[in-house]
Amino acid sequence: MIMPEQTLAPGFVLPAWSLARREVVRFFRQRNRVIGALGTPIVFWLLFGFGLKDSFRPPSAPEGMNYLEYFFPGTLILILLFTSIFATISIIEDRREGFLQAVLVSPVSPYAVVCGKIFGGTVIGFLQAMLFLLLAPFAGFTPGLVSLVVCALFMFVVGLGLTGLGYLFAWKMESVAGFHAIMNLFLMPMWLLSGALFPSSGAGAGIRWVMAVNPLTYGLAAIRQALSEHRVEGQPSLGISMAVVVVFAIFTFAGTARLAGQRERGDRSE
Amino acid sequence: MSDSIIETESISHYYGQRRALNEVSLSVARGECYALLGPNGGGKTTLFKILSTSLLPSSGNAKILGFDCEKEHFSIRSRIGVVFQNASLDKRLKVRENLEHQAHLYGLTGSDLNKRVDELLGRLGLTDRADEIVEKLSGGLMRRLELCKGLIHSPELLLFDEPTTGLDPGGRQDFWSYLNELKNEQELTVLVTTHYMEEADRADRIAFLDRGNLVAEGTPDSLKERIGGYVITVSATDPEHLYEQIKERFGHEGKVVDDAVRLEMPDGPEFVPELVESFPGEIEAVTVGRPTLEDVFVHLTGHQFESVVAE
Repeated sequence: MIMPEQTLAPGFVLPAWSLARREVVRFFRQRNRVIGALGTPIVFWLLFGFGLKDSFRPPSAPEGMNYLEYFFPGTLILILLFTSIFATISIIEDRREGFLQAVLVSPVSPYAVVCGKIFGGTVIGFLQAMLFLLLAPFAGFTPGLVSLVVCALFMFVVGLGLTGLGYLFAWKMESVAGFHAIMNLFLMPMWLLSGALFPSSGAGAGIRWVMAVNPLTYGLAAIRQALSEHRVEGQPSLGISMAVVVVFAIFTFAGTARLAGQRERGDRSE
Repeated sequence: MSDSIIETESISHYYGQRRALNEVSLSVARGECYALLGPNGGGKTTLFKILSTSLLPSSGNAKILGFDCEKEHFSIRSRIGVVFQNASLDKRLKVRENLEHQAHLYGLTGSDLNKRVDELLGRLGLTDRADEIVEKLSGGLMRRLELCKGLIHSPELLLFDEPTTGLDPGGRQDFWSYLNELKNEQELTVLVTTHYMEEADRADRIAFLDRGNLVAEGTPDSLKERIGGYVITVSATDPEHLYEQIKERFGHEGKVVDDAVRLEMPDGPEFVPELVESFPGEIEAVTVGRPTLEDVFVHLTGHQFESVVAE
């Protein structure tokens, strides 16, 4: 007997919203995560910024740009990256602790599950990046309201892409140890080669090529251009950057949703 | 309308070359409490995962509430409650938050949600802990909360993997009282996996799973009746030799299982004094009793329950 009132269809928005809210609530209940995700990039920014303040003079950087200013958008990306890494580790914990298993046998579409997880992780990174953005005047930026809104929008889309990428790597992983290897060998180099630390125009040919195919290069270029009219030579245009950032976010979302929807099948044997 | 809530047909499952399930066919009727009993590695958890729609078998098929597990898994998922062996609670959320989140996954909101959460918290004695962070709860309370999670959307079928693992005997007793009350009130069908004999004894019907094979199925009493009479277990310094002597002298067939001679006899208590007097100095200890489910398992498989666990 199937009772109609028990035939519950959860839809898309409610479970996705609930999963996203859970991410945010969990994050703010773990003070060490808040400090780790926001504190480390700020320390990096201050140390590199003041350390290289006057010695950083690449020919491609515009006149008058010091390293505090150059490194500021890269630090925003680093905050988004760190938060996405922490959010990604949470999916491994969710799997290990059994939480994910219960979600995956519920009637929720894998797209809603992934959407909720990615959105929640992104909101956490975005809020921290917005806090850091308050320091923009100290780096020499004086963006207007429109520039700030555009910058915030880019940060959000870049955050979606980075969180999605983290999930793409981590969805099937059983241990955090494996993810650390991915982080050190892939995610951190991806940030280092995005133009966050140095512009591509002064780099060797191989590195320049890697920077050109790195989607984070475009995320950084979009945020840098939204913040300032100072143009760094060799960086992609705003239009191309926008397109790459959006496509990257869609690609990582679709890839993760595909993984989430897969059910393991037994092997064939006689 | 079929009254079979679960129907499996020749389910086999392999992990690489290792066979976890071998042609398992079983059926669970509406309102039953059905236990999958077997040692660790017997195939219970694999079958559980298949029935919960998280795993697809290598061959065979399963139907839950008339829906095909492979093709209609979303129809099944909204109608069943699943509680895995690993805790699925978010320990950083409060008790109520965990239930609200679970309810959202099944489309419950607003006053319906609040009513259901309050009802379950009250039913399982968790009302005064509703605003506590889950990691502060004891193991027994966490397991009760898992039960609330599994029942939040009023499922027709509850699948419960090793429901009382990690609980002390008192906690197990409490847990089953709660489960039985809820089962009777809500016309719930329950399938549990367990490796505790006394737990399986509470079920309406039991399936013994051993090394991936369904070796027997029936009510606890009907399974015990397969042996009938009494089971005598004789510990000895040389059980093989003792068994040969018993066979020669009394003509009784039995088995040597884990360094003890095991005999199934209709007149056990009368036979024991004669047995002890016949082999002075050879017998270390004798136990005699009505057959337990463990005896049934040994009778059917020829080995002890625990010996498979150790393999």
